[in-house]
Amino acid sequence: TCGGSGAMGGSASLIPRDLLGEYQELTFLSKQEILLAYKRFSELLPKEERENACSTRVPKSQILTLPELRANPFQHRICHVFSTSETRDDSMSFEDFLDMLSVFSDSATSDVKSHYAFRIFDFDDDGTLDRKDLEQLVNCLTGQGEESRLSSAEMEQLIQNILDESDIDKDGTINLSEFQHVVSRSPDFARCAAHQRVA
Amino acid sequence: EDKEEDESTEEDNGSQQNRASRRKNYQRRNGDGKKAREERSQKKGRGKTAPNKDQKESENKEKKTTKRGKEGENKQKKDRKNSISSSSNSSDEESLSEEELAMLKEQVEQKKKLISTMRNKPWRMVKKLSVLREAQDFVEKFEGALGKGKGKKLYAYKMMMAKKWVKFKRDFENFKTQCIPWEMKIKEVESHFGSSVASYFIFLRWMYGVNLVLFGLIFGLVIIPEVLMGMPYGSLPRKTVPRAEQATAMDFSVLWDFEGYIKYSALFYGYYNNQRTIGWLKYRLPMAYFMVGISVFGYSLMVVIRSMARNANESTGDGDDDNFIFSWKMFTSWDYLIGNPETADNKFASITTSFKESIVDEQESNKDENIHLRRFLRVLANVLIICCLCGSGYLIYFVVKRSQTFSKMQNVGWYERNEVEIVMSLLGMFCPPLFETIAALENYHPRIGLKWQLGRIFALFLGNLYTFLLALMDDVNEKLAEEDVVKNITHWTLLGHHNSSAGNDSTVTPPPLDPADVPRGPCWETTVGIEFVRLTVSDILVTYITILVGDFIRACFVRFVNYCWCWDLEAGFPSYAEFDISGNVLGLVFNQGMIWMGSFYAPGLVGINVLRLLTSMYFQCWAVMSSNVPHARVFKASKSNNFYMGLVLLILFLSLLPVAYTIMSLPPSFDCGPFSGKKRMYDVIQETIELDFPLFVAKIFSYVANPGLIIPAILLMVLTIYYLNAVSKAYQRANAELKKKMQMQREEEKNKRNNKASTNPMLQDLEDLLTPSTKTESPPKQAEDKKMESQNGTGPAGKPGRGEFLAGSPMARGRGAFTPPSQVFATQPRTLGARAPHPGQPRPWGHPLGPVPGRGRGQPCY
Repeated sequence: TCGGSGAMGGSASLIPRDLLGEYQELTFLSKQEILLAYKRFSELLPKEERENACSTRVPKSQILTLPELRANPFQHRICHVFSTSETRDDSMSFEDFLDMLSVFSDSATSDVKSHYAFRIFDFDDDGTLDRKDLEQLVNCLTGQGEESRLSSAEMEQLIQNILDESDIDKDGTINLSEFQHVVSRSPDFARCAAHQRVA
Repeated sequence: EDKEEDESTEEDNGSQQNRASRRKNYQRRNGDGKKAREERSQKKGRGKTAPNKDQKESENKEKKTTKRGKEGENKQKKDRKNSISSSSNSSDEESLSEEELAMLKEQVEQKKKLISTMRNKPWRMVKKLSVLREAQDFVEKFEGALGKGKGKKLYAYKMMMAKKWVKFKRDFENFKTQCIPWEMKIKEVESHFGSSVASYFIFLRWMYGVNLVLFGLIFGLVIIPEVLMGMPYGSLPRKTVPRAEQATAMDFSVLWDFEGYIKYSALFYGYYNNQRTIGWLKYRLPMAYFMVGISVFGYSLMVVIRSMARNANESTGDGDDDNFIFSWKMFTSWDYLIGNPETADNKFASITTSFKESIVDEQESNKDENIHLRRFLRVLANVLIICCLCGSGYLIYFVVKRSQTFSKMQNVGWYERNEVEIVMSLLGMFCPPLFETIAALENYHPRIGLKWQLGRIFALFLGNLYTFLLALMDDVNEKLAEEDVVKNITHWTLLGHHNSSAGNDSTVTPPPLDPADVPRGPCWETTVGIEFVRLTVSDILVTYITILVGDFIRACFVRFVNYCWCWDLEAGFPSYAEFDISGNVLGLVFNQGMIWMGSFYAPGLVGINVLRLLTSMYFQCWAVMSSNVPHARVFKASKSNNFYMGLVLLILFLSLLPVAYTIMSLPPSFDCGPFSGKKRMYDVIQETIELDFPLFVAKIFSYVANPGLIIPAILLMVLTIYYLNAVSKAYQRANAELKKKMQMQREEEKNKRNNKASTNPMLQDLEDLLTPSTKTESPPKQAEDKKMESQNGTGPAGKPGRGEFLAGSPMARGRGAFTPPSQVFATQPRTLGARAPHPGQPRPWGHPLGPVPGRGRGQPCY
């Protein structure tokens, strides 16, 4: 869709004007941020493909070299959730990239954020957070080091506590609306996904 | 993925279908309306052609549909001809089309709303793009059809303007974000140190903006007019260095103390003349000076309160709800701003400890035997800190008193002259770490600990500042007494000079006395201004030196000496410094308080502060990135930094007090400053009103200033505050009530679940009677069952994903469809619910061998 014609001349205007306008309409990003995102995105591509950065996909390994994702324990999940690749290799197109930045941006509403946070935390993609998901989530949050892992008893206790609090309908899993209910009342949530990548 | 994906696509399909059907519907109706209009226009001769292809197509469709429509309408017409007159017929048509227009309008509005809220939808970009384009096409196509006759053009114009306005607003937003300085720098710090450190820099940037405005006010309205249009240096005694000081007035050591030429410059109060108007503009400088002094405070108050209100509006989530401690820890504890592996490691560690801590807390919340020890330690810590505060207050009072005796002596050394500043800076440097050490006794959560720490340092600084002010006030009073004496001397000197020159030669006018030789009063305003400037400058220097030595040199030492040292310096004793958020924030806030207090007597102070903030932005950013390490317990900044703002507001108020006191109750010096010769500084307003405004304004003013009017006005304000306070309290109560209700409901629901999971046999029998006999079906899949059992044996009810399982039962739908008896249990105390599950639990869901034989999968519960 996005005509990455180098013939447009200016380094900044590789995205057509009207498309840029539409992107601004559809994301929480400003014009500069979109252009910066474009720059960052095309830097991830090999030189010969930069001309038409809009239509090529960046493989996951390249995406993960972004400094902002490198330290994130949910990097694989983030790539997976935002990728639209048919081959399931979690590669990203420019539009996927923009989607991701928009959700992580400061001005995104907490509804959108919590929706995507839910999908990021939903490790097996079954639409609910069950015990396995929560376990994996705790493992992600406590890091790779052996000494920082929780013991299995602690893990059990923790997950039980979380389910006691959040699982309102007591089906043993946390679904999207329960998740949003819990998270929307947190004083921290809106900040927890503020943006950094662009700008 | 893909349940989610499926759902969203389904939803999408649904909405598209819906949209499509609505559109069809619209087109049909529109066709009718168009037809009606066309018929009317056909009489006049067929008019305009369709502007674009789309419309033509749609018209073609309409023509097809009109045939049917025509028949219908003809029938109607016949009917109407029979009964109703033609006039009513036409009016009927009119209303019909209006109704359609309204509908069309509504649809267009809907589309517009969709366009504007599209970014809130968690859709893929491709989908968003296509939906957006479709909606935009729709709006574009049918917007023109709205309005009729004259209104049509106006409507189109309005639409166009609205579009332009939206575009302009977007461009303006882009422009605004581009204008925000240091965004990249702050983001970089944020990604290395987490959001709490970055919040300090954001605060610094905000402060810089405020100071820039104050700087503009003071320089544009006071200093520059005085420099351009006022009397030049050397023309008046107040604008000249006295004879005795002239020899050393340009020495650096003198200038460094803000004496000499700097003291007699436009940077200080004393330089300004009391001439009512200056220059060819007839600029009222004393008036401007006074008004700028007031508006500095006015603007600052306004900005602080506005940003506080905005922050308060933004923070909708109420953090005092402690129902979800674990879930919040789990779902929101990661700081997505962290981009540095080292910080990430620290964050992992801190999350782990917080998990462990909260688990331990939860386990031992009932039997906390350490509570007495902890309480004792906290009390002890507070006692120690209060001792520190009192000690520092006394020290400062002592030092300031001593400096007054020093100032009377001649030939005092550098240390004696700067003792106050040195002592205050040292206290500011060493007390906060001391407090931090003491605070380790208390063992608070770091975020609460930070607040305590901030509060204590705040008390320290405040105490120091106010002791300093009190001592300064003593000084001022002494100066005022001295002034009376000097006033007479000056008077007599001038008179004597006049007489002597007159006696020598009566024909020639006497040569005026050189302004450098006129005896001066002490000019307490300039003294106060100089004190504040010196304090500010020494504060700047101490801050920078602390950063340089305490952070940078320490970091260099640790880094490079580590290769040849006997223990690991990086991990061991000196290690690298952490960024001290609380100390830096408070330093900034107090510095600002000093600026507010001092700017009335030293207009140049704001300029110094702007430079300070500018340099410290770069310097501190550099220092943080180069020589600090992330906090060991990384924690996020809380969402609203109203805490900082509250501190600023408090400091603003506290610094307003002394200034207002001096303005209202001390007489200005007789020979320096814009208000010399007046009884009080605010007399300048009265003077302006009397001389520059027509008489009735003065009259009105005198009425307004009448205590008989002011006291009722104040009363009214107090009453309004009382009323608003009462209203907000009522709202709060209502809020709390609603919250309680929600909690009750939730508890009730929980209990219901628990009770349902464990209902006694009587209830089950009852339900068995109620359920139709669909019990013959085979038991459900075992795999599902196992899963459910592992999850504490609770039922799957209410979950849409497995809804089809329960389709056979009338009980299956929703939570509200319970039989009345369960309500009885729902309202019972929680203990029942907590205890109850055990008897019910062992029964596997839907198992044919349950205590009630023959239960099939139609059963919603055990």
